[in-house]
Amino acid sequence: MKKRRNDLFIILCLLAAAGIGCLLLALGRQTGSCAVVTADGKELARYPLDADGEYIIETARGVNTLVIENGCARVTDADCPDRVCVRTGSVQWDGQTIVCLPHRLLVRIEGGEEAQVDAVAR
Amino acid sequence: MRLHGRSPARLAAEYGVLIALALVLSYAESLIPAFFAVPGVKLGLANTVAVFALYRMRGCDAWVISLVRVMLASILFGSMFTFAYSAAGAALSLAVMQLVKKTGRFSPVGVSVCGGVAHNAGQILVAVFLLETGSLIYYLPVLCISGVIAGIAIGAVSGMLIRRIGWGKDGRPR
Repeated sequence: MKKRRNDLFIILCLLAAAGIGCLLLALGRQTGSCAVVTADGKELARYPLDADGEYIIETARGVNTLVIENGCARVTDADCPDRVCVRTGSVQWDGQTIVCLPHRLLVRIEGGEEAQVDAVAR
Repeated sequence: MRLHGRSPARLAAEYGVLIALALVLSYAESLIPAFFAVPGVKLGLANTVAVFALYRMRGCDAWVISLVRVMLASILFGSMFTFAYSAAGAALSLAVMQLVKKTGRFSPVGVSVCGGVAHNAGQILVAVFLLETGSLIYYLPVLCISGVIAGIAIGAVSGMLIRRIGWGKDGRPR
């Protein structure tokens, strides 16, 4: 049963690593200031999170609807096959993303405190 | 040619049976809608066949079976983009499982847990590469946990199969 003990050990190690990862990500988070939409690695648009609105994002691969409301961004509709982007729900923290793999579309929240300082300096 | 005492015909038959089984399991899984918001969270039923082949056949047989299964599943139920993700996941997971098994210190559960986590890590790497963004590492902790859970389930099932189906290393049923 030495193998079983080793199994348990590696399972606990992996879970601990995941837990530490979650903790680090949670500690370092800040509310973002804008949603950046990229497709195929190219930036398409930036929408500020403090202005509510509904945006229709059309790319060569398909259409996604992005809604910004109360400082949160979410994809409410998409014509991709898996609709993982819709199920992701809303994002608001700096660095959080909504991914639509079939459309190679990425909505990323950016701009914590530091980024705003940058904007002023510019 | 060393076939571990298997005749070429027997090897072809075993490939056929296992690839067909893996393909059916892939199909069954594609019918289950994704429950989770994070892409890549799934059980990986077809991996039971890979783990079984790793223990009851040679390592290279597990590679052949997995890669043919991924190719056929992508053609039948997916697309080119599914192929890139599944192939990267399957390759990394098999490589890690082979290494872990070689240490001889783990049961099928430990081997398949490492495989599950490696599979998810491989998929994230491809996604980072295709979408040209590093921000997807935010998914790693979640996918690590889901890989561990799926790995325990798959390892338990494979362990039962390996114990009960006695395809000996010499190719003779025990």
